[in-house]
Amino acid sequence: MPTVSVKRDLLFQALGRTYTDEEFDELCFEFGLELDEITSEKEIISKEQGNVKAAGASDVVLYKIDVPANRYDLLCLEGLVRGLQVFKERIKAPVYKRVMPDGKIQKLIITEETAKIRPFAVAAVLRNIKFTKDRYDSFIELQEKLHQNICRKRALVAIGTHDLDTLSGPFTYTAKRPSDIKFKPLNKTKEYTACELMNIYKTDNHLKHYLHIIENKPLYPVIYDSNGVVLSMPPIINGDHSRITVNTRNIFIECTGTDFTKAKIVLDIIVTMFSEYCENQFTVEAAEVVFPNGKSHTFPELAYRKEMVRADLINKKVGIRETPENLAKLLTRMYLKSEVIGDGNQIEIEIPPTRADIIHACDIVEDAAIAYGYNNIQMTLPKTYTIANQFPLNKLTELLRHDMAAAGFTEALTFALCSQEDIADKLGVDISATKAVHISNPKTAEFQVARTTLLPGLLKTIAANRKMPLPLKLFEISDIVIKDSNTGAKNYRHLCAVYYNKNPGFEIIHGLLDRIMQLLDVPPGEDKGGYVIKASEGPAFFPGRCAEIFARGQSVGKLGVLHPDVITKFELTMPCSSLEINVGPFL
Amino acid sequence: MADGQHPARDQHDTFFLRDPAEALQLPMDYVQRVKRTHSQGGYGSQGYKYNWKLDEARKNLLRTHTTSASARALYRLAQKKPFTPVKYFSIDRVFRNETLDATHLAEFHQIEGVVADHGLTLGHLMGVLREFFTKLGITQLRFKPAYNPYTEPSMEVFSYHQGLKKWVEVGNSGVFRPEMLLPMGLPENVSVIAWGLSLERPTMIKYGINNIRELVGHKVNLQMVYDSPLCRLDAEPRPPPTQEAA
Repeated sequence: MPTVSVKRDLLFQALGRTYTDEEFDELCFEFGLELDEITSEKEIISKEQGNVKAAGASDVVLYKIDVPANRYDLLCLEGLVRGLQVFKERIKAPVYKRVMPDGKIQKLIITEETAKIRPFAVAAVLRNIKFTKDRYDSFIELQEKLHQNICRKRALVAIGTHDLDTLSGPFTYTAKRPSDIKFKPLNKTKEYTACELMNIYKTDNHLKHYLHIIENKPLYPVIYDSNGVVLSMPPIINGDHSRITVNTRNIFIECTGTDFTKAKIVLDIIVTMFSEYCENQFTVEAAEVVFPNGKSHTFPELAYRKEMVRADLINKKVGIRETPENLAKLLTRMYLKSEVIGDGNQIEIEIPPTRADIIHACDIVEDAAIAYGYNNIQMTLPKTYTIANQFPLNKLTELLRHDMAAAGFTEALTFALCSQEDIADKLGVDISATKAVHISNPKTAEFQVARTTLLPGLLKTIAANRKMPLPLKLFEISDIVIKDSNTGAKNYRHLCAVYYNKNPGFEIIHGLLDRIMQLLDVPPGEDKGGYVIKASEGPAFFPGRCAEIFARGQSVGKLGVLHPDVITKFELTMPCSSLEINVGPFL
Repeated sequence: MADGQHPARDQHDTFFLRDPAEALQLPMDYVQRVKRTHSQGGYGSQGYKYNWKLDEARKNLLRTHTTSASARALYRLAQKKPFTPVKYFSIDRVFRNETLDATHLAEFHQIEGVVADHGLTLGHLMGVLREFFTKLGITQLRFKPAYNPYTEPSMEVFSYHQGLKKWVEVGNSGVFRPEMLLPMGLPENVSVIAWGLSLERPTMIKYGINNIRELVGHKVNLQMVYDSPLCRLDAEPRPPPTQEAA
């Protein structure tokens, strides 16, 4: 969930009233936000770097507000305030307009070289904007939030904002060989080629995460103005020449990327949020983008669209009985301007460009429910009549668990992921023989494979409980995973038990097997369709002390005394015997 | 069937499989419907309007939530004609490739409940949740609007914790989106309400356990297992039951 950090007093000033922390928390809860933390810059630094570093940092109270991941219009103070004010019916939702410039329209020309790397670009202009330090900070923060969120860490879309008065259009968005790109980037004092920059940024904690997006490509994206000034090298860094300051009055915004829909949404969000500070409030100056095929489009789209939903549908889906007029009022509070039309049952809803999250009628139903207040909805029970059944394998497992405990064994709940060593080397086999499922991105060796046997988990449990009095008798009935040529991988429900004591206790484990077969109603004796054990071998077992278990005509597992090597490899010191069977055949 | 660009995949750090890396057997007609819904829309939806890639969807991974199992069950249900209402539940393991700490492990368990029927409402979901949590001994509930990519409306469920003296989240819930249900083949007027919660978190809150490793994994103290009393959730007093739908 994205978190937006806002200065509390600025927030209250914009909202036109103050709240106690509890009152604001309540308001957030109602609206679908979460007041996650109340802190200050000083507190944050103090927590991360200690009190000394924190001295002199700001005491200003900050609200950290969690915002739903699909609400790009709530990612900055401006959007939050607007949303809350409309929700509380204190203001009417402003209407965003795209306007044509007085003079020439700004042009961004895309060349075909960008096609292979970052084909899409959109642009717009914020004219005669007035920043304060706070508004400026908010503007930068919003871009960062969008980058992290909808832009998927700049991979899908990257935003560049520039001081238009330092540049001269038309602008060209092209892709060039890294050695051919040379400019002074933001926060640097001299010019570098793109190759040099990629190297320099390898150690930059912020930018190093984005290098991979273009690093290995033959051409890097770059935007120039008509004088050859570099605006930016998306998605990495903007040029210093066109950097925005608190005094900037006219802003050229470009969004480049690999997802056209998201680039348009991102542009719409930035301009709607900050056009509040333009002289002609809530207007955005159009820019023209010319695509490689010669076609040109005007941006930002700022599209308003109309959707029609039946009032009774909303009532039915939520479980309330509101009049269509009331429903229209509720939706209007959610920034979805609505009115009743037609036969009195239809509601016409205007979806603003800030609500890209509305893609189906169910999104509208949710907003109506939020405005109504979830906690005002009457709770009822469905009339659905069903007959219940437990999953047969789980039912059998539950029954067995209780009787295993009755036999004096204690249940363990161990991890399904483990190291290769755990299921192979430590048990005297090679990993390739195990048919194990391998994880491709384990953070540590503990997550290399999915277990193919329950034994390592139980042995590790004993190792962690060495100080407990002997004997230790543990069991687990749970899934193991084996690769399968048909489906890829399959789970098998295994039952595993271990006996750990000064003597190996093979007779105890054998007795346990007999008891389990008795519980499963499997008689002794192969010929009666029952079970039998036959002398066997296994690298995990002591020679001559291992047997294979056959039941109902198939091999279902093994039991025996564990080999001293296995004991040592699991950091144990006493003899141990074990039993492991597949429960599936007994269903 | 979430995708690489979709918040559902990103939201959790995921364990991908190296071997077997891809799902080979997929019902292709279902795949086509899902692809179309994501990239062009359909079933009354605008869709997400991007390039939905089959390779991404094929990638095998360890499930990060049991909703994927519920989705499978609903797909199977949708193939059975005529439609019959169902109530499903599952309590099973999920895997997240996240940073580990005192309250987070790579594996834990989720509880999930699903009701599929005609005409289910948000009010029904709340009623079912009230009864469900009452059985767990949790009675003071509040519902907060939330976001899940696959449910709309969505609700987070909060309960007042007497000890901590604050409202804590006890579960997540919602009504599955039509874009998820209709490509499966479920009839249009069938609604599916669902909810889920983790198993470990409420257990830790109830028993005052601070480190999840005391509950799950091989480091669990066996003495704790030997000494624990019966878990009797119904031993606490209960409020009167929820009314039936009018």
